[in-house]
Amino acid sequence: MTKAKRNRLIYNIVTFALVIGAFLLLQSMIANKSITRSLKGQLVPICCWVVMAVSLNLVIGISGELSLGHAGFMSVGAYTGAVISGWLLNAHGVDNTTLRLVLAIVAGGMAAGVMGALIGIPVLRLRGDYLAIVTLAFGEIIRNLVNVLYVGVADGRLTFSFLNKSMPEGVTMLVDGAKGAVKIKPISTFTAGFVLILITLIVVLNLVNSRAGRAIKATRDNRIAAESMGVPVTKYKMMAFVTAAALAGMAGALYGLNSSTVVPTQFTFNQSINVLVFVVLGGLGNVLGSVISATLLTVLPEMLRAFSDYRMLVYAVVLILVMIFTNNPLIRSVLSSAVAPIKRALRGKKQGGETA
Amino acid sequence: MKKVFALLMAACMLLSGVSALADEAVTLKIAHIGPTTGAAALYGLATLHGAEIAAQEINEANGAFKIELINEDDEHNVEKVINAYNAALDAGAQMILGTTTSKPCEAAGAQGYTDRVFFLTPSASSTAVIEDKDNVFQICFTDPNQGSASAQYIAEHGLGTKIAVIYNNADVYSTGIRDTFVAEAAEKGLEIVSETTFTDETTDFSVQVADAQNNGAEIVFLPMYYTPASLILKVAADKDFHPIFFGVDGMDGILGVEGFDTSLAEGVMLLTPFVATATDEKTVNFVTKYQKAYGEIPIQFAADAYDGIYILVAAAEKAGITSGMEPEEVCDLMIAAMQEISVDGLTGSMTWDESGAVTKTPMAATIVNGEYVFE
Repeated sequence: MTKAKRNRLIYNIVTFALVIGAFLLLQSMIANKSITRSLKGQLVPICCWVVMAVSLNLVIGISGELSLGHAGFMSVGAYTGAVISGWLLNAHGVDNTTLRLVLAIVAGGMAAGVMGALIGIPVLRLRGDYLAIVTLAFGEIIRNLVNVLYVGVADGRLTFSFLNKSMPEGVTMLVDGAKGAVKIKPISTFTAGFVLILITLIVVLNLVNSRAGRAIKATRDNRIAAESMGVPVTKYKMMAFVTAAALAGMAGALYGLNSSTVVPTQFTFNQSINVLVFVVLGGLGNVLGSVISATLLTVLPEMLRAFSDYRMLVYAVVLILVMIFTNNPLIRSVLSSAVAPIKRALRGKKQGGETA
Repeated sequence: MKKVFALLMAACMLLSGVSALADEAVTLKIAHIGPTTGAAALYGLATLHGAEIAAQEINEANGAFKIELINEDDEHNVEKVINAYNAALDAGAQMILGTTTSKPCEAAGAQGYTDRVFFLTPSASSTAVIEDKDNVFQICFTDPNQGSASAQYIAEHGLGTKIAVIYNNADVYSTGIRDTFVAEAAEKGLEIVSETTFTDETTDFSVQVADAQNNGAEIVFLPMYYTPASLILKVAADKDFHPIFFGVDGMDGILGVEGFDTSLAEGVMLLTPFVATATDEKTVNFVTKYQKAYGEIPIQFAADAYDGIYILVAAAEKAGITSGMEPEEVCDLMIAAMQEISVDGLTGSMTWDESGAVTKTPMAATIVNGEYVFE
């Protein structure tokens, strides 16, 4: 086993161990009721933002393209999920919440993936920052479209319209224009969120460490060199972008089905930037970093409630401090020397396991 | 042991309808949830300040109840409101005064419905806020109810019988109010002589105004926000057409439209439960205290929340809520009590039915010399 391979293995093991450990810890806290309502209520959103951050990291950190419309894919997933779940319940009487949730998440992922492909095909052929501009526009267009979208279910059939008036009699509205997706039956669970994070990690880490992943990184590091080696740049960039879009759609479906209502204003440009902050703070290309930063930055504003109206100010200061500290060479060396024994121990164990 | 006994005695007295001893006052933990930061902070701060003044008054009165007000910020965000709600319950809240804005209230109210937590919203006005939930009650009219309330007001005050309606058919707020207005007008024997529509893109209203004028309308009903209304007033003045213009709460703010000649709005009437310049004792007392504490004139939202605290206390008294009672228990008692009480507040005399919608006398203000005044 080469050193690089071993490091990667350790990194992956640590990532999965942390996620699974956190899940087990929280589950035991829920079981013996030692968890606050506040934290319990945030568990599903945390899972969604972790998936969002990891998937955006795939685009920004791994394939080196800037995407500013990640919340747009999330909204596609959230709306699709809400419609599918409402349709299954109202038209087909599917009472099994797990089945509905799984189907909604799959549909949300597929819808967002298709959107990602539609955008990616023309734009990823270009060089430069076009993807940033186009995804930015996409996020806004999608938001404005769902603002006037009406979806209802009547007699077991879905009706779509951009004009409220054309809805048939006796319709149950699922999406009501500017009022957003309404009367959602919340069915998301923490376990579903945890499974979605695992799926995301497996997909992203496998992709990154595969032949395709090396090609994606090659196109990021030097496009011309990669092209001259015969790497089809557009294809690999598409692979990363569409995967990320689909994962964001799945996170969106989980997010949408966690609340009784979803409104277009939840998926603004600001929200995309928020996810971008998670990624940058966690480290470009660092999947574990994205997981940790998305979790901490989602929980942090709630922990700062004691500062009442000044908490976003404190939040900003904390962000800046984290940036400074993690980039300080002295602190970095202290951190890495603290981590080194653990790494060594893990490495030793692994080697021991192999020789035995 | 003595303390427990005293508390038990106090609880028994309360339940039997005898007012508790003053020194054993019941402490109600009420959480105000609303946007105190962000784009909608204007409204959240207004409801918070209104509630603070009412709580202070009740605490100073040394009555049977003490109020402990908890404030949680929801940023007018559907995700954050759930966090705010959970944080409030973690802090020991027994009931919620909120939330201030409609969409977050819909989300938090649904969560409260599952958890059995009582909500009284001062200002969330969409129908979805109370729909399918028995735990949410409103202080303001629901949007469509403003239509029937307007028709009632026009009929009862004999403002006229020939009515023109101009409404935005691309807007739920506008069409919702128009539908209930037309239905109630038919009941009250009012005649709709002209009905015309527009959309968000419309800037020229001459056709709509001419239609109203040619059909001899005495009143023009404008269920819309103030921006299109200001254009309609301009066109009507140009055509020398001077009926009574009647608007709803969306009209509140027309005097602040940039570049709008406010003299055109003279005589315009609008449905609103509160006017800061009113001279009755309650309003003067509230406005003075509010100005002293926060240095500004209270808006409608503040008055709604001020009433909200008094409504919660009245309902808690009826329901026999005691200190430290769990929110789940409080919820069902409060739901029953809300349907029995009647409260005389700043925004009118109010009663509730099981739907959670309020019944109160509609009040309309008229614009005179660039100010809102009650008749």
